[in-house]
Amino acid sequence: MSTSTGIQARFQLSHPGFTLDVDLDLPGKGVTALFGPSGCGKTTLLRCMAGLTRAAQGQLTVNGEVWQSARSFLPTHQRQLGYVFQEANLFAHLNVQRNLQYGQARVPVADRRIALDSVVELLGIAHMLERMPQGLSGGERQRVAIARALLTSPRLLLMDEPLAALDIARKNEFLPYLERLHDELDIPVVYVSHAPDEVARLADHIVVMQEGRSVATGALTETLARLDLPIHLGEDAGVVLRAVVVELDAEWHLARVEFAGGSLWVRDAGHAIGHAVRVRILARDVSIALAPVAGVSIQNCLPATVEQMAQDYHPALSLLRLRMGTSPLLARLTRRSASALELVPGKPVWVQIKAVALIG
Amino acid sequence: MSPEDFTAIALTAKLAAFSTLLLLILGTPIAWWLASSRTPLKTVVGAIVTLPLVLPPAVLGFYLLVLMGPQGPVGHFTQSLGLGLLPFTFAGLVVGSVIYSMPFVVQPLQQAFSAIGERPMEAAATLRASPWDAFISVALPLARPGFITAAVLGFAHTVGEFGVVLMIGGNIPAKTQVLSMAIYNHVEALEYANAHWLAGGMLVFSFAVLLLLYSRGWNRQP
Repeated sequence: MSTSTGIQARFQLSHPGFTLDVDLDLPGKGVTALFGPSGCGKTTLLRCMAGLTRAAQGQLTVNGEVWQSARSFLPTHQRQLGYVFQEANLFAHLNVQRNLQYGQARVPVADRRIALDSVVELLGIAHMLERMPQGLSGGERQRVAIARALLTSPRLLLMDEPLAALDIARKNEFLPYLERLHDELDIPVVYVSHAPDEVARLADHIVVMQEGRSVATGALTETLARLDLPIHLGEDAGVVLRAVVVELDAEWHLARVEFAGGSLWVRDAGHAIGHAVRVRILARDVSIALAPVAGVSIQNCLPATVEQMAQDYHPALSLLRLRMGTSPLLARLTRRSASALELVPGKPVWVQIKAVALIG
Repeated sequence: MSPEDFTAIALTAKLAAFSTLLLLILGTPIAWWLASSRTPLKTVVGAIVTLPLVLPPAVLGFYLLVLMGPQGPVGHFTQSLGLGLLPFTFAGLVVGSVIYSMPFVVQPLQQAFSAIGERPMEAAATLRASPWDAFISVALPLARPGFITAAVLGFAHTVGEFGVVLMIGGNIPAKTQVLSMAIYNHVEALEYANAHWLAGGMLVFSFAVLLLLYSRGWNRQP
């Protein structure tokens, strides 16, 4: 067996009106988001990885194990993967406990690395073990589906928009479980999504897809800050930074979070000092000044350098990438402002950040 | 009722039980294939399986008689196996019944399998179940209402069979004389009282079967 790590996936598949053609090299740990608009081939790619759809031309290696090559095709049931469908897809004739045990029972005892009790605890489903799937809410069903997939002790967890069928309240109830999963289990996850907020919250690595092709791939922070992506996040363009809570201000209920290149004051979300968080800063919430400005309400004002400028989704707007220390930042301003400030790559400026969302 | 009537009832029950068992064994793979296959051949096979639904039983029985007779290919085959000829035997009746009642078993099963769809089978595959394992542990239990409907319809339809039996079974008491034959004989002999007992019994039986199915909601989606 080879010692190479990571996931090498190459698939070519043609349907009338649709072609999937990707060649990806994904990290063997963390959460990789397959991100893109509906119909861009995310789900098809995921199904190819699972062996549920057989690509005519395909090659897939998962942490050194060949699942598909020019000469071989491992059927789905022989791949050590977990798959979470958009709809939970629980077995209607089995109660929750038996759904959970279905996959676990089919894994040799020696290969079982994940215990039922710990998964039940992690996903908060202990109280519903005796119930039938029909009696569960959408969010509960998805938690059971994830637990069921985890109990096969997969080497790779594939998730196809597990939040798509949930309303906002259920989503918010469900996301913390996904984050715990990410923090507590060392299983690489490939996560399909078209929602930027989910990706910002969960992903470490991102593959941006469009019309069956991968148009950008890389670490989340840097990839989101790229200006040359043909996908238009539009109003949602922005960056996600990893930060750590370093100071709490009890009087004003604020917390100071530090990232590579500066620190920001954010609303105190109750995290202790030392807690790792993600902050999301949208391009539309960033404005630019040539010198630190007095007499404004904005608390977060940091030095930065203009790195790159591009036309935004509207001819009146331009999108700038700046650098604060080693961290990137996107800012959106009108082309007239950019011209008035004589902004060019390399120019030092001050950024004023109106809003910072603390996620995760 | 005469002892011959009781013999006819017992023979009919035996025939229906054997046929239903065979129907379920043969019908399940056919129904699964019809529900999951995408080849154009499927429409042809579907039409052939459904043919007994619209064909006059006498036509079906006539062809079976010819095929299984001493000059027919099936007849040659059974003789070469040392089994003799099938017409006018109980085994021949079973063969005829299985073909005659096939659509009543295949259609509810096919509907049940189609209603399950591919998703649960895919989920089973991602949970390490081989296709055969998934069929046993997921498809069969999910199709249970379809199996109950298929078994009841197959049994009831076989009990009521007349034309095919007349053609290939004749009317041999204790051997091929089933209930509908017994009724026919009584009517021929103007023994209306006996005919009433048997016919009335059949009516009650058939009604009870349908009542059972409808109370279970057999045509409801699972």
